[in-house]
Amino acid sequence: MPGLGTSFGRGGATTAQQDLANADAILIMGSSMAENHPVGFQWVMEARKRGATIIHVDPRFSRTSAMADIWVPLRAGSDIVLLGALIRYVLENQKDFREYVLHYTDAPVLLRDDFRDTEDLGGVFSGWDEQEKAYDPTTWAYRGAPVVQKGVGNSRAGGHAKDRGGEQSRENVYERDLTLQNPRCVYQVLRRHFSRYTPELVEEACGISKDVFYKIAEAFCSASGPEKTAAICYAVGWTQHSKGVQIIRAAAILQLLLGNVGRPGGGILALRGHASIQGSTDIPTLYDILPGYLPMPFFGSDGQSLEKYIEAHKTESGWWNNFDKYAVSLLKAYYGDAATPQNDFGFDWLPRVTGDHSHIGYWLDMADGKMEGLFVMGQNPAVGAPNSGLERRALAKLKWLVVRDMVETETASFWYDSPEVHGGEMRPETIDTEVFFFPGAGHAEKDGCFTNTQRLNQFHEKAVDPPGDARSETWFMYHLGRRLKERAARDARPRNAGLNALNWDYPAEGAIREPVVEEVLKEINGYTVADRKQVAGYRDLKADGSTACGCWIYSGIFPNTNENRARKREAKDALGHGWGWAWPSDRRILYNRASARPDGSPWSERKKLVWWDQEKQQWTGYDVPDFTITKAPDYEPPEGAKGDDALAGDKPFIMHPDGFGWIWVASGLKDGPLPTHYEPLEAPITNILYPEHPSDPAASKLEREGNEYARTADPDFPYVVTTYRLTEHHTAGGMSRYLSHLAELQPEFFCEMSPELAEEIGVEQGSWVTVSTARASIEARAQISTRMKPLRINGKTLHQVGLPYHWGYKGLVKGDSANDLVALSEEPNVRIMESKTLLCNVRPSRSSNGSRRITESSGEAQRSI
Amino acid sequence: MANPFMKWPLLRQIFQGGDARGFDAMSEATRNLRPKNDGAEVSRSVCPYCAVGCGQLVFHQDGKLISIEGDPESPISRGHLCPKGAASYELLTHPQRAKQVLYRAPRAKSWTQMDLDTAMDMVAERVWESRERTFVEEQDGQPVMHTKAIAHLGGATLDNEENYLIKKLFAAGLGMVCISNQARI
Repeated sequence: MPGLGTSFGRGGATTAQQDLANADAILIMGSSMAENHPVGFQWVMEARKRGATIIHVDPRFSRTSAMADIWVPLRAGSDIVLLGALIRYVLENQKDFREYVLHYTDAPVLLRDDFRDTEDLGGVFSGWDEQEKAYDPTTWAYRGAPVVQKGVGNSRAGGHAKDRGGEQSRENVYERDLTLQNPRCVYQVLRRHFSRYTPELVEEACGISKDVFYKIAEAFCSASGPEKTAAICYAVGWTQHSKGVQIIRAAAILQLLLGNVGRPGGGILALRGHASIQGSTDIPTLYDILPGYLPMPFFGSDGQSLEKYIEAHKTESGWWNNFDKYAVSLLKAYYGDAATPQNDFGFDWLPRVTGDHSHIGYWLDMADGKMEGLFVMGQNPAVGAPNSGLERRALAKLKWLVVRDMVETETASFWYDSPEVHGGEMRPETIDTEVFFFPGAGHAEKDGCFTNTQRLNQFHEKAVDPPGDARSETWFMYHLGRRLKERAARDARPRNAGLNALNWDYPAEGAIREPVVEEVLKEINGYTVADRKQVAGYRDLKADGSTACGCWIYSGIFPNTNENRARKREAKDALGHGWGWAWPSDRRILYNRASARPDGSPWSERKKLVWWDQEKQQWTGYDVPDFTITKAPDYEPPEGAKGDDALAGDKPFIMHPDGFGWIWVASGLKDGPLPTHYEPLEAPITNILYPEHPSDPAASKLEREGNEYARTADPDFPYVVTTYRLTEHHTAGGMSRYLSHLAELQPEFFCEMSPELAEEIGVEQGSWVTVSTARASIEARAQISTRMKPLRINGKTLHQVGLPYHWGYKGLVKGDSANDLVALSEEPNVRIMESKTLLCNVRPSRSSNGSRRITESSGEAQRSI
Repeated sequence: MANPFMKWPLLRQIFQGGDARGFDAMSEATRNLRPKNDGAEVSRSVCPYCAVGCGQLVFHQDGKLISIEGDPESPISRGHLCPKGAASYELLTHPQRAKQVLYRAPRAKSWTQMDLDTAMDMVAERVWESRERTFVEEQDGQPVMHTKAIAHLGGATLDNEENYLIKKLFAAGLGMVCISNQARI
């Protein structure tokens, strides 16, 4: 989410699904929304009924394309070329929404003279350290802005905390040229940066003809301005790339230039794939952040003391001036009475980050035998993780493994049922891993809330008890914690201080002693310590230890003893106020101050959302204003003002220290202030723009035995493969391949390919093919259809194939796992793997049963099938 | 209906009028049919699959699930469910659903069933021992307070409250740093 976080200030979708109905154009790219978010897609159809143009850009024709006005196939991984060309189109044709751009974005801000662009340096920005493979972002700062300390901690680790919106320009210091003519202003730097992203380049690199490019450019860009708005929807087709964050950045720049953010029918809707995937970064089970996007402390830098931690992250201006209140309140929620001003509220009990402890990072340690134990809860990496064969082999190196799920997944059964065991490579008799499988409770068997794709918290009520020994994670964590705390109570060494202090007295009820979930939610909401009375919202939080709050952005969800707002089911309006509760403060469209002109009046009657009521002297409208309600449009901060008071009345992006939407990200991203086209880590062509830098220089390939890569334009792997999901299955299959109706609807793993490719390799519909990458080979049925189109790329024909990734070796329907083919790789900001574009070969044959990785111990890939 | 002869549809039609279709043509058995969720309790719920967040109505009675349907009042889903959401009843009730704790000892060739409390005690013991072996309290006079040898994976399918407790116990209590889930960007 740093793509959205650095651009706008918060790492969440800017809008609500229902609001898509108000759009005049919708660009769906990196998503097959009709297939994977079918019920949400009804709002795209509403927009279309009202006259909106729907554009779907995707390598594969799907149900989404069928319902779109324009479907455009592109080469997987060339997204930034197309988006960059759209940005260039806007700039060269003066299509930007000038008044919005001048007032609400950093386009007029002047940059330092020593900044050098990728266009000057052949593919890297100034500050690149080839040895460290990392950037020093000093030269990216605004001109005149004080140089702040370098990025916190290990430059190769962390990134989710940048969802806060950057760390470096902490003060509201900048110079502007409102004529946008100064060659060092963001607007002009942006123009030069994208000057070579021409329709001709789009044709060469994306495989989209100039005519089609102009058609989508005109359709999308003409749907903006005071009277119109356009929205963008994306999903993991954008994120799972070695430059995923920068693809989203490109979309954010386009939307800021067109004035589409914070307005009805505009914005960027991140379509998340799991019921609470947004929630699981807001209240994270991630290594680099704490709840509410507070960063985890890093060893040796901000982790030295609470004072240093606050100093590193509290901004002078903008909302993050409140950082200390949220950090101290979290420590009070964690450590209760034991957290005092004298012991820095227990800050030193928090573990320090010393490197990349993300999924892929620690899994490689596991493969090297450095890990002892692993808990897996509601995830199935033996099927769903990249290079899943390598991941399964790593499980055999653990001392112990705990799997919690509703079915015995492939992850739980790797030791007797995996392809590696059936192929003879691993034997149960030699696998030392002790495995505990715990049955999990389903959503109707427990209380709790999910945060959906539009930041909306909805509570689901328990209907029945879970069967047998199935239990919720709440139960499991509570009772595990209780046991460990009992043990720690007899052992006062420093390592147990945090565990002993941990506030863990949740009431438990019923025969199975299930903790009362709403008590946990009340802690998340926050309370005053003295009387344990819930706070009304995050404005009530204090930095002196008098308040506790488990996740400040969720504060307000449970403002009174009996008022759980996630449980509300009385929708009052189209945006759904009264139904559930959206963070922050029940705002349904973020940055909605931008829906009004700088003077506070609506841009147009048609696109009214939030406006200044001169009579009442406050902001009002159809949404909760994302703004201090009494701050007048003409408010100018007095000298020495701090925090939100330091932002003028016409600065809608209140999380940012300057209040602007960031076309330019001065700090907070590890691979540049602007998006740049790089080829995927495995690419069929060289980088036309920067031959010296084929792929994102800051991304990690993690090349090692078992994680090999094809060469650029590798003749052994001539095709591009992309993975995707089907409507009838869910991710790694644990919630769908065991269900009779869903299994029957999509019974078998297939490889989707064009008739041209089928003819070239000699396969027929339904016959077996072997798909191989440098890592593995798997088998699938050929699914031949014109939904896949050969593209003309750089003068040559390029074939792309598609693989749905749901299958594994358990369940009612079984099949090979597409993720066996994917490399373990890491995007520099959030450590995501690149699974949406790889190089492969496709042959008409079955692969040998059992172990399908065909690498010998020398590490040399045998490429014969 | 006092007169038993009046149960015959033909007589009913003759003496009571009607158009001989629908209700008139129904047998008593048919007339007494009720929806399976008639009289059931209803819990307001949310679909557990993707992140659209469709509203669900969970019908249940006497501790048993009866059916799960789309919630027509939801401003997001307006009563609709996709094939997965419509299968949520089966998700909770299908025969392969796990109900018991399974244990596999090192090098064993098969699972054995285990009592829940015993398994919880054993897992707590494993965590404690691994943490003891690998915990780093400080380095160069600065706090580290972590173990890198125990990891966690998962969370995007779980509730916010569950993720809160996972991060709280594992990170703030035990000092685990290797914590990850499906969510990235």
